[in-house]
Amino acid sequence: MTHKILIVDDEPNIVMSIEFLLKKEGFATETAGDGELALDKVRSFLPDLVLLDVMMPKKSGFEVCEILRADTTMKQPRIIMLTAKGRETEQAKGLALGADAYMLKPFSTKDLVAKIREILAAC
Amino acid sequence: MFLRDLTAKWRFVLAVAVLGMLMTGPFLLTSVLIWLGASTGMREVLVQHLLPQVPLGGVLTATGFVLGLMLIRRLFNRYVTGMAAMVEELRLMLGSNRSFRITEDGPPELRELVRAINDLATQRDAYIDDVESQVAKAKANVEEEKNRLAALMSELAQAVVVCNLDGRILLYNNRARYMFESLAKGPTSVSSGALIGLGRSISSILETSQVDYARETIRIQLERGNRHPVANFVTTTDNGQLIRVQIAPVLRQRPESADVQVASGYILLIENITRVLEQESRRDAALGELTEGSRSSLGTLRAAVEMLADNPDMDAENRDRFVGVLASEVTRMSLRLDNTLTLLADTLRQHWPLDDMLAVDVIEAAGRRMHERLKLPVDVNTVTSDPLWIRADSFSLVSAITFLASKIEEAGEVRSFALRLDSGEKFVHIDLLWTGLSMSTETVLSWEIEPMRQDHGVNPPTLREVLDRHAGEIWYQRQGPTAQASIRLLLPKATPEQDTVNVANRAASSERPEYYDFDLFDRPMGHVDLDQPLSNLVYTVFDTETTGLEPANGDEIIQIGALRILNGRLLHQEHFDQLVDPRCHLKAASVAIHGITDSMLLGQPTIDLVLPAFHDFCADTVLVGHNVAFDMRFLELKEASLGLRFDQPVLDTLLLSAVAHPNQQSHSLEAIMQRLGIQMGQRHNALADATATAQIFMRLLPALAEQGIVTLRQALEASQKTYFAQVKY
Repeated sequence: MTHKILIVDDEPNIVMSIEFLLKKEGFATETAGDGELALDKVRSFLPDLVLLDVMMPKKSGFEVCEILRADTTMKQPRIIMLTAKGRETEQAKGLALGADAYMLKPFSTKDLVAKIREILAAC
Repeated sequence: MFLRDLTAKWRFVLAVAVLGMLMTGPFLLTSVLIWLGASTGMREVLVQHLLPQVPLGGVLTATGFVLGLMLIRRLFNRYVTGMAAMVEELRLMLGSNRSFRITEDGPPELRELVRAINDLATQRDAYIDDVESQVAKAKANVEEEKNRLAALMSELAQAVVVCNLDGRILLYNNRARYMFESLAKGPTSVSSGALIGLGRSISSILETSQVDYARETIRIQLERGNRHPVANFVTTTDNGQLIRVQIAPVLRQRPESADVQVASGYILLIENITRVLEQESRRDAALGELTEGSRSSLGTLRAAVEMLADNPDMDAENRDRFVGVLASEVTRMSLRLDNTLTLLADTLRQHWPLDDMLAVDVIEAAGRRMHERLKLPVDVNTVTSDPLWIRADSFSLVSAITFLASKIEEAGEVRSFALRLDSGEKFVHIDLLWTGLSMSTETVLSWEIEPMRQDHGVNPPTLREVLDRHAGEIWYQRQGPTAQASIRLLLPKATPEQDTVNVANRAASSERPEYYDFDLFDRPMGHVDLDQPLSNLVYTVFDTETTGLEPANGDEIIQIGALRILNGRLLHQEHFDQLVDPRCHLKAASVAIHGITDSMLLGQPTIDLVLPAFHDFCADTVLVGHNVAFDMRFLELKEASLGLRFDQPVLDTLLLSAVAHPNQQSHSLEAIMQRLGIQMGQRHNALADATATAQIFMRLLPALAEQGIVTLRQALEASQKTYFAQVKY
């Protein structure tokens, strides 16, 4: 079955590459440019996994993550947080708030795909 | 024994009696023996032959007796009476006149004694002179050391303030004076550095809660045997400046146990770090922008490059799009780099002061603070036994934790709190747990950006700012099967390093500071106590110039001059001297008295600015003035409209002079000055008049003491009873 992935980032340039990459790898993708759109898309698109940027307008990745994890009525997607913030306390916070993995930009696209497959396989 | 205590006079009497007995005794005894041994016939012959000779014998004996008496008297006069006079002279030598010497007179033995005594006195004088010169030398040394210390402090680029345990200022240097002058409330010309002053409370210049917290920290460190305890904090002044303060104790050994040291006062090094921190935060922002921006761009570039590399057969349209991405990201990165470098160019390396400290100390302090503030049980426990070090500004951290707890307490019915300390791999975890309602994440998030008003004065930092300072993070979590709510505070672990006290040594003025009075070290002070001796009190001596004599009919204050008296010293440099715009024209008659003209008052502050500053200046002191009831009328008429109260005790030198010298006709300022020999320049200038009044006041104190008027209460009561006090204005 085709896994559905939601790409959330306010930088269209990276969204373009990731979308191209994941489509080529055979995933179904959707994108969102900010935290609020991301919440809407999660509820309509029901992704298996969300690639979530931390620094975004309207709602940060941390907030989106907390809200998703707090909503017990829905099927919980896996979450990989993507961030340009290098501080380790923030990584710890992301994981504590319910993210499954945390990737620091810049990352290799191969590693990203590997991480996605690893997490989806663990379902 | 009886004989030993006989005075010379009785000895003389005794000697005379013995002499009499010696001269008559043998003759009488011989006569009696002959008489007893003779027969009746012989006795008649004896009577017949000897009786006519008795007068001759009597006369001869009497003559011998008188000669003997004179001899004894002469001896008595030469030795005994001479000695009695010598004793008096000796007493004089011992007491009032050290250099007096006994004149050599009388018999050789006595002269010898006098010589010996005089030699002894000379030797004694040499010793006394030696001791006195040593004492004087030691005193001079101490004085010199004190001056050297004070001079050294004035050289420091940092502002230094020394205070005693009560937080009263004993010393401050020029730098501190300038700093606080420029930070003073209201127009600086008005307060003229009034807020910093000898004997004033440190809380008039710094946030009390932070000073108290730092002192408590030092006390705990001392109890634990730390010989060089130091505490730091950063505080915000009323006008938004950031002040960094380093506090170290002035240590004194406790008399009963030599190795226990207690603080007898505190040294505060104060630095205005506003500009440094502004640069710092600009630098941080620039660095953050650079690293995060670069990561983000690199991420985009890397993904795009990898797409291009991995897909050589990509169609032209997609290829153009990816190349476009590359071009735009590279341009953005170049721009960003340029901007950051410009921003970074002028920033200095300086940090928010963080101390190495044990995390457990922080949570224990937080636990105590929470308990005090919220009156709820707080359980503090540590999961790990390792010593966990963090780099922290413990005041703001403790405030932050207490702030969170009080927010939680406001939001729900909380029955108890717990603080738990645990260790992660790289982080220290401080969990704040509670029993009661749980929160929504949004609520907790909103607390992060709310200013924490409780402990901080103006410009309170937000929780987020405190966390950023500590490179920490915080989040709300519901964990475990019991779903107990908690807030986790994550702080990086630190490795403690030896503290280096950085006393910057830049060039400073060579002016010697006069701003110290170490005699205040052991003197508790505070609000005015009526039963304190007059010599122990702090006074504000003041005078006003006015537009006229009738405050009730619209006359206004146009000048206030004041000085402080502390420990019997007139503090000339801590004066208050301000012209006041009365908002009306001056009458020609009054101009003639004080010489202040309309044009001099142009642009001066009005009374509603000046009086609050004066009120601060004279807080906690006794007010002194000459004919002060007049000045007080002017002040009191303004009290209601300005929301001020001048409720401290007030002494009037006019009344005190009448108490001290009741038989004098005049107690005008001029008359008293003449009487007491006080010189003064310009009359009817508020500061000059206040200075004269202060000098009068200080000279009246000994005169009052002679009449048994020693305490403030006695002075006030005596003033009330004088005739002049009955006169109403």
